[in-house]
Amino acid sequence: MFGISDNDLTALWITLKLAFISTSILMVLCAPLAWWLAHTRWRGKVMIEALVAMPLVLPPTVMGFYLLILLGPRGAVGGFLEDIGVGHLAFTFTGLVIGSMIYSLPFVVQPLQNAFAATGGRVLEAAATLRASPLDRFFTVVLPLARRGILTAAVLSFAHTLGEFGVILMIGGNIPGQTQVASIAIYDHVEAMDYASAHALSLLLVCLAFILLMSVYALNRRFKVVGVVS
Amino acid sequence: MTIEARFFLDRGDFTLDVDLVIPGQGVTALFGRSGSGKTTILRCLAGLERIREGRLRFHGETWQEGRRWMPVHKRPLGYVFQEASLFPHLKVRDNLLYGFKRLRPDRRRLALNDISALLGLADLLDRYPDALSGGQRQRVAIGRALLTSPQLLLMDEPMASLDVTSKGEILPYLERLRDELSIPVVYVSHAIEEVARLADHMVLLEAGRVLAQGPLQTLLTRTDLPLAHSEQASAIIEGTVAAHHVSDHLTELAFAGGTLLISHQARAVGTPLRARILARDVSVALTRPDGSSVLNALEVRVSDISDDPQPGYVILTLDTGGQPLLARVSLRSCRQLALAKGQTVWAMVKGVAVA
Repeated sequence: MFGISDNDLTALWITLKLAFISTSILMVLCAPLAWWLAHTRWRGKVMIEALVAMPLVLPPTVMGFYLLILLGPRGAVGGFLEDIGVGHLAFTFTGLVIGSMIYSLPFVVQPLQNAFAATGGRVLEAAATLRASPLDRFFTVVLPLARRGILTAAVLSFAHTLGEFGVILMIGGNIPGQTQVASIAIYDHVEAMDYASAHALSLLLVCLAFILLMSVYALNRRFKVVGVVS
Repeated sequence: MTIEARFFLDRGDFTLDVDLVIPGQGVTALFGRSGSGKTTILRCLAGLERIREGRLRFHGETWQEGRRWMPVHKRPLGYVFQEASLFPHLKVRDNLLYGFKRLRPDRRRLALNDISALLGLADLLDRYPDALSGGQRQRVAIGRALLTSPQLLLMDEPMASLDVTSKGEILPYLERLRDELSIPVVYVSHAIEEVARLADHMVLLEAGRVLAQGPLQTLLTRTDLPLAHSEQASAIIEGTVAAHHVSDHLTELAFAGGTLLISHQARAVGTPLRARILARDVSVALTRPDGSSVLNALEVRVSDISDDPQPGYVILTLDTGGQPLLARVSLRSCRQLALAKGQTVWAMVKGVAVA
């Protein structure tokens, strides 16, 4: 199909699967963290915020390297998993998911944190005086008001994972059908001087990224109808 | 049927130490300067603020005492914030119904139609909050609180963030609310005109302490309190509409101490009405003043003479059929007329505001 081999399609499929799974888990895990960061008055909060932002600054290879060490058969986590018979995580899809999650962490936490910070306060107090329990308030006030932030977080994480290279190369190796993602497949094609295949797959990724981002901006425009007023 | 509250809080720069008894009916104003603790008290009553040393009983039911604590969403109250704080993602209708839906059906005493008629919201139901004016938003906020059929309505300066026009638009609704719904209201304000129009009972606060609490009429005219000595010092006369003089655009207000002519009011004869008379608008004469342009002269008895902080002035407390009136006159006039306690004089009232 359009000069794309089965191998490339598999790589594309793995990429999408990876983006979807790591984004989903990140959203669920980061929501409480972001809520806490948005509302805590604890002074040590800056330390957590700095840690969360680290993946923005560090070269992906550095993160990938540490993860490889950690998750590999001799690493603290990988070794433990070996011992209990699960097996280490280096060069596995699970390892990829963990790597992507850490790599995309700031892209999820920061928009969520901003959105939650903006929806706190008065409106929530008003909901409480209108008989809404804390959980009720979260679902009927916080989530709807934070939906732009939630959408932004999800899309940024998804898109960021599509474009990932360094971390994945380090932690996942480059095993076709298992841990070979689209960006690495393109690299392989270029290395092999197979520019035609590289072109096809690259173009596909360009289109995918464009459509994805455009739909986000379109959705965000629609959400703008109801501005957040504190 | 009362609310008994005792709150103590020491935040270093601010100490709150109050012991309140709020009547179970009518409007009680928490009045004081900013920083006097009014809003903190209101938030404690609602349960939005949790002070460790507090005790709160509402109609015999304990809301707070020691470790006992009833969370905000379980208290049968309505709260109106300074800013409307509507839910921006919901239309006016859904804002109004937010609390209503969470109420057990047998507890719903007010319906959407009643409230939207009372507050004039019928045309706004399908709009989003950001398409409303400040005054409209505040009306929706009031309606939203009322639709939870509260047993207590708490209002935190609901007009403070509004311009003069919007204030004028909201006040009549608040008066209707007071007159038509028998819900006790605790109203925070630092504007004495608002308090004079709406409140029946007042708690006077200063720096986190209660200076005095009691009926509005009494507190406004007690000369041992700062209110009677302020620039806005005034008294409230409560009477009923007795007659209308249409060609003169005047309405006659009758009370035990006589009658007052006020600007025409579109109210039926027999309706209770409140008039507010500023101390600086009252002068006194020893004899019935004939040949004066002043419309209102009342025969009154001087019940107290006290010094005014402004040099050269005194405040007279005048008894008019059981209701006190204040007059601010110069020390010199007081001496020349040889005014004394118990003396009967004529009070000339230069201006009456309908409160």
